[in-house]
Amino acid sequence: MPIATDDRYNTLEKSMKKLGYDKSGLIEILHTAQETFGYLSIDTLKFIAQRLKLPYSKVYGVATFYNFFRLKPKGRHNVVVCLGTACYIKGSNKILEKIEERFGIKAGETTSDEALSLLTARCFGSCSLAPVMVCDDVIKGKVSLENPLCEIEEIIK
Amino acid sequence: MITSIQELQEVASKKREDNEKNPREIGVERSSAFYTKQRRIVLQNEGLIDPDDIEDYIAHGGYMSLFKALDEMSPKEVIEEVKISALRGRGGGGYPTGLKWESVSKVISEQKYIICNGDEGDPGAFMDRAVMESDPHRVLEGMAIAGYACGANKGYIYVRAEYPIAVEKLNRAIKQATKLGILGENIAHSGFNFTIEIRLGAGAFVCGEATALIASIEGGRGHPRQKPPHLSDHGLWGKPTVLNNVETLANIAPIIINGGAWFKSIGTESSSGTKVFALTGHIKNTGLVEVPMGTTLREIIFEIGGGVEDGRKFKAIQSGGPSGGCIPEHLLDLQVDYESLKSAGSIMGSGGLIVIDDSSNMVEIARYFMDFCASESCGKCTPCRVGTTELTQLLDKFIAKKATKKDFELLKEMCVVVKSTSLCGLGQTAPNPVLSTIRYFEDEYLAGICDD
Repeated sequence: MPIATDDRYNTLEKSMKKLGYDKSGLIEILHTAQETFGYLSIDTLKFIAQRLKLPYSKVYGVATFYNFFRLKPKGRHNVVVCLGTACYIKGSNKILEKIEERFGIKAGETTSDEALSLLTARCFGSCSLAPVMVCDDVIKGKVSLENPLCEIEEIIK
Repeated sequence: MITSIQELQEVASKKREDNEKNPREIGVERSSAFYTKQRRIVLQNEGLIDPDDIEDYIAHGGYMSLFKALDEMSPKEVIEEVKISALRGRGGGGYPTGLKWESVSKVISEQKYIICNGDEGDPGAFMDRAVMESDPHRVLEGMAIAGYACGANKGYIYVRAEYPIAVEKLNRAIKQATKLGILGENIAHSGFNFTIEIRLGAGAFVCGEATALIASIEGGRGHPRQKPPHLSDHGLWGKPTVLNNVETLANIAPIIINGGAWFKSIGTESSSGTKVFALTGHIKNTGLVEVPMGTTLREIIFEIGGGVEDGRKFKAIQSGGPSGGCIPEHLLDLQVDYESLKSAGSIMGSGGLIVIDDSSNMVEIARYFMDFCASESCGKCTPCRVGTTELTQLLDKFIAKKATKKDFELLKEMCVVVKSTSLCGLGQTAPNPVLSTIRYFEDEYLAGICDD
């Protein structure tokens, strides 16, 4: 969609204006952009670079440096498996393998029908509930090692 | 607006009356050994106050320390009190907070900054999250006192984007405090101004390092830089800056109100006060545990934590996250403080304690942390960028049982090189999990060697 007719660019413009087009607000702006668009496309990054008068290389560099930013669109549903220490020693890598096997995708990928994106995280700080996964922004604690798939089948139905 | 101690006390007593009329339900029964063995200073209010209501914080003695400092104490006296308390940085470094404040207070500059490090990046640690979510005003109060002591009028809280609730609670707290005049211009008619802003992290472990965190607040990649110049001279935007961890700042209000000597009387000679630990892993009672420094690991694991779950045998406890190490059973009577953990080959770190049972392979645990450091290495310096990847691949050989004796020598040598030549704390501590597991569980490495 061309920038001029896309409302979401207005939202982004407003948030930049609020920060006075301050270059140091780049990370906040990238957060807003990801919330608004769901991910950071090359066009969005170029738009931000132009408006904040920053080189595109700098914006691209920051967007790819931090784990939180996604440069690819995500699926309609998303599952994030925590690979923090507490989850790891309770077998979260096995949970991840099972999900990868069942849906035929690797961590960081989206299924071809765009139904599901599989992501990993470093730690949600919910270690008491280990192993943890987050299905569509809802934390699921003490995920069973035997069958971690029911929850996922449920949300993508 | 609240402009004096009297007005603060009025708000407090009115709210206390309200609370008596409408008592809040406290979700958890706190009479079990899990709670009775703890001593809560940082977590004093956790679960007991409404984090969304500034008046409830005030009713529990909140902001009294700030008003006391502004009313009765000079900045120098505040620093003196913190020095007497011997409070040390709770982010893991253990640098004396009073000295840090003093060095910034002595620098002459029109603009200084206070930064609160809420980028709790260690996997398996969630102490700061609990403080920010359940008692956000405590953090603001600590920052304002630090600002007064050091002559700073602007504070930033750097919070992980993975903690949306913490961000929400802190934002609300800042709004409420500003509305009551507890933050802003001329606080309590003292002539002291202080405002606080939140900056979001975006998931980079290296941003726990002070100079990298500052680069991130300035809107760039989180690359650390060489020190000196130290932050006390050249911090955020080149100005003198104090950077304290959430838990450190949460200790400030109790120190000011009860006195430094009171705080010093808790804990051990070298490490005063309490420490909050996040107890997780193969253990019956998981959760946040606040104990005086000097408590033994055995007490924490078996008395508070209830021992290893599923009737399995204890093997090791991992402290300090990817920068720390694994402590075996024969050292469980170690009294927890900065020095003793260091002597055991681990570190205090931010407070994650992960209990590992006998079903786990220690080489795999070491590989897990090394892989973490390899992917979180910022790439600026070669020893860390290349070294952590090489070490991960070497550890893979041990796990596949295809390592040689030469590999074992190389592994040990490379650990020393990465440790001594990396630019920042991430690389300098990355080999710790490998070194400590070699020290205590060497047989598991030897089992991976095939050319005997």
